[in-house]
Amino acid sequence: MTEGAEKKVLSFQDMILTLHAYWSARGCAILQPYDMRVGAGTFHPATTLRSLGPEPWNVAYVQPSRRPTDGRYGENPNRLQHYYQYQVILKPSPADLQEQYLGSLAAIGIDPLLHDIRFVEDDWESPTLGAWGLGWEVWCDGMEVTQFTYFQQMGGFDCKPVAGELTYGLERLAMYIQNVDNVYDLRFSDAVGDVAAVSYGDVFLENERQFSKWNFEVADTDTLFAGFKAAEEECKRAIDAGVPLAAYDQAIEASHLFNLLQARGVISVQERANYMARVRDLAKGSCKAWIDSQSERWTAKYPGWTL
Amino acid sequence: MTDFLLELRSEEIPARMQAGARAELEKLFRAQLSAAGLEAGDLTVWSTPRRLALIARDLPQATAAVSEELKGPRSSAPPQALEGFLRKTGLTQDQLEDRDGVYFAVIDKPGRATAEVLAEAIPAIVRAFAWPKSMRWGKDSASSESLRWVRPLSGIVAIFGEELVPCEIGGIASGFATRGHRFHCPGEITIGSAADYAEKLRACHVIVDHEERQAIIRDGAAKAAADAGLSLVEDEGLVIENAGLTEWPVPLLGRFDEAFLEVPPEVIQLTARVNQKYFVVNGADGKLANGFVCTANIDAKDGGAEIVAGNRKVLAARLSDARFFWEQDRKTKLADHAKKLDRITFHEKLGTVADKVERVAKLAEWLASEGIVPNCDPALARQAAELAKADLVTEMVGEFPELQGLMGGYYARAEGLPDAVADAIRDHYKPVGQGDDVPTAPVTVAVALADKLDTLTSFFAIRLPPTGSKDPFALRRAALASLSTIQSSNLRLPLTKLLSIAVRLAKESSQVTASNRHALESGAPVLGSPSLTVLVARNGFDEELAQEVWDVLDFFADRLKVQQREAGVRHDLIDAVFALGGEDDLVRLLARVKALQAFMATEDGANLLAGYKRAANILKQADIAVAPAEAGAGGGSAPTTTAPAFAGATDVDRVLLAALDAAEPAAAAAVTEERFTDAMAALASLRAPIDAFFEGVMVNDPDEAVRAYRLGLLARFTGAVHGVADFSKIEG
Repeated sequence: MTEGAEKKVLSFQDMILTLHAYWSARGCAILQPYDMRVGAGTFHPATTLRSLGPEPWNVAYVQPSRRPTDGRYGENPNRLQHYYQYQVILKPSPADLQEQYLGSLAAIGIDPLLHDIRFVEDDWESPTLGAWGLGWEVWCDGMEVTQFTYFQQMGGFDCKPVAGELTYGLERLAMYIQNVDNVYDLRFSDAVGDVAAVSYGDVFLENERQFSKWNFEVADTDTLFAGFKAAEEECKRAIDAGVPLAAYDQAIEASHLFNLLQARGVISVQERANYMARVRDLAKGSCKAWIDSQSERWTAKYPGWTL
Repeated sequence: MTDFLLELRSEEIPARMQAGARAELEKLFRAQLSAAGLEAGDLTVWSTPRRLALIARDLPQATAAVSEELKGPRSSAPPQALEGFLRKTGLTQDQLEDRDGVYFAVIDKPGRATAEVLAEAIPAIVRAFAWPKSMRWGKDSASSESLRWVRPLSGIVAIFGEELVPCEIGGIASGFATRGHRFHCPGEITIGSAADYAEKLRACHVIVDHEERQAIIRDGAAKAAADAGLSLVEDEGLVIENAGLTEWPVPLLGRFDEAFLEVPPEVIQLTARVNQKYFVVNGADGKLANGFVCTANIDAKDGGAEIVAGNRKVLAARLSDARFFWEQDRKTKLADHAKKLDRITFHEKLGTVADKVERVAKLAEWLASEGIVPNCDPALARQAAELAKADLVTEMVGEFPELQGLMGGYYARAEGLPDAVADAIRDHYKPVGQGDDVPTAPVTVAVALADKLDTLTSFFAIRLPPTGSKDPFALRRAALASLSTIQSSNLRLPLTKLLSIAVRLAKESSQVTASNRHALESGAPVLGSPSLTVLVARNGFDEELAQEVWDVLDFFADRLKVQQREAGVRHDLIDAVFALGGEDDLVRLLARVKALQAFMATEDGANLLAGYKRAANILKQADIAVAPAEAGAGGGSAPTTTAPAFAGATDVDRVLLAALDAAEPAAAAAVTEERFTDAMAALASLRAPIDAFFEGVMVNDPDEAVRAYRLGLLARFTGAVHGVADFSKIEG
């Protein structure tokens, strides 16, 4: 964060701390990662559920994200089955959202008169969340560094008002800033005194090896199928019991188990669509239950607001 | 006369939508002005990623005054009627004119200030604007009725002459201020009028004219390549797309590691173009070189070195992926890849891709072994067909589906399969559209044709033909591609038999059941009706099979007409030949149609048609069939009263009879031997005698015997004509 005479290239953790400070200064609550396995920062209930309803909501957080099929046993310099997303949600979307976002790039050391920053059309859709939005992927010298989306619907419901979502791919950005070609070479932390610097590989290489193996070869598919079913049923029970937050946890669980089953290669093309529809039903049901549980409060606080 | 400037500034508009948006803006602006009685003359419409701009030149200061006259109720009408009329017109009773007992309202509308019209037009245009996809944003989006735009709308400049046109929409008020380049000139700039708009923006690093940006990219990319001794692979789509992504385009040349050139050039080009929007370049040898041109949106402080370095890195990562796929895929033989096709569903009612492959292999082998595709080794045709779809399960095609076929060809060659097989795998999807190469290599032709015919017959067999504008399985394209392939190789194939085999194969491996059977009465074919019965009778088909084959044939006939219309061939002449029935050899059919068309363009042809129509009319009145039910090449049986020895015959009758005696066998022989121009010449020889006949004798002679004789002559005449084509289908 120091704007000293010799500008030091940020370590991975300093980049995160810089983004935290940047968005904190713009009124965001800095949340912690959600404590469940998810495929993207969007799955955090702070995005999925809180993007619904009329209340303002401004948060930023790091979310570890798991994509079992992207595992490469630690052998690919760009692909990971576990990586980090930096997620910012601003509801309603402020008029200067693009400028705020570009300010964050400058904060982590990207000079827009030296690097080519571009907003390239990329509409976002999450079939498992019943969500979609319009926006861009943001390119820095041809590399996608952020997904920038104006949420239009979540769980099948209109976002009123619309939230702006920024999803930074932290490893990619860091590789860019640090100018390294292999994710495992990233400087995670800097050396301080006698304490040596830590690399991304020091922290995660072994994880990638073991989890790739488990995802692709070891995970017991019967257990996964049973887990999917159990999560599905528990989600419905929780919806019926009027505890949508707990229901949504089960939707997340089912979604991740489905991803694992895909990595194990036991879901056929036809079944795939069917499983996705089942996850979507859980997510939509949870969103609906969340709205039902809150709408009385919302309409009292925001007269004239309707679903 | 005054110029008007409108700028609608927004967050980045997708490049692919900008051309449509310019057209929409122009259309809506003209409509608004015209509704106000103004003619929008010369319009200039520009777009960048962040703005749509319109300049209308030489608008008048005000619209012309108009006087409108409305007719009201009779003065004797009940008072309610009068009250209603007054409400409607906003006048009082003493302002109405009473003309012969009827009230009239004369409303003079003074001219309106153009500025006022524009102030109303702008919000109307913004509200009515049709984007392919639009969105809501910001705090106003708490209501469903909030403004929609392609991306958030951020500013409006509206200046008439040098005056602001005040208007507001979605909380955005018009003004003189806009913004320049996002990074070079982030502050506000003030526009004075339409005259200084483009230049003020240019001073702020924005080239607002999209065509100028396109030219900069087109020329700059070519120059960047040429400066390095390379030549740009031109790509106008990329020029337009990059112009839609930049306000200040700067083409930059970069190089990538030469080692990547081991990957097929199509893969490199596709990776560069689709994923990164880069141009690729060729070396002096005309082959793909290790260079690319990207288009930056800034004049970088370092001349673009960092930008090129960054882009090179991204491309390298993409190309490493591609090379990994290229290496991975070649570790497995195509035949082993093909084994995985039984896991991919072709269509839920048609089994897996493996099932399809087997059908195609059988058909291709049959086309070769029957000699329908000449000089084609049946074993090679089968082998190529069995491997043609194997690349669908490779990593590369998984990543780039548009490389299907092409990659299979590369992999086949890499494992040492015969060139004919590799070529067939590569090209069997061809032709994929108009202007694409049509295969001519025998093995390729066999596989390409078998693949498309199988797709066609299969979807017809499960009753999923195209409907209206919906053609989800691209069957029209498959039919058209089959036609071009057949024509370009002059394949002599009995389409009926071939289709019946394809239909049977499709049914064997599909779950087609009797429930799919549909009534023969429904959806009656439009071509000559005898043909369906002919199909059953001649080929020994059961009715269901006959119907299915007939449906596909009929579909082919329609496609043929569409295809030939573009080549200038008349559809009615195709009908005239098709209607004879039994003709399913497309090459022969087209030769016949073309000869017929040439004949119809001559005076003989036109007169013969007139004579035919007259004869047909007379026969119809006499209730005599124009031509035998099943017209064959020889014409058929005319009534026996045409005995040459008939005593009542005049010279004119005898001349016609002699002409028929000569023309009939000549035409028949010519048709059999496919000398269609000669067949037309034989018909032409009937023209003078039939003209003389109508001129010289009366058909409906009082003598019943003479009348019968002459009707017989006419029946023979029309029969002879039908030996060549069914003239009743010919228009004109």
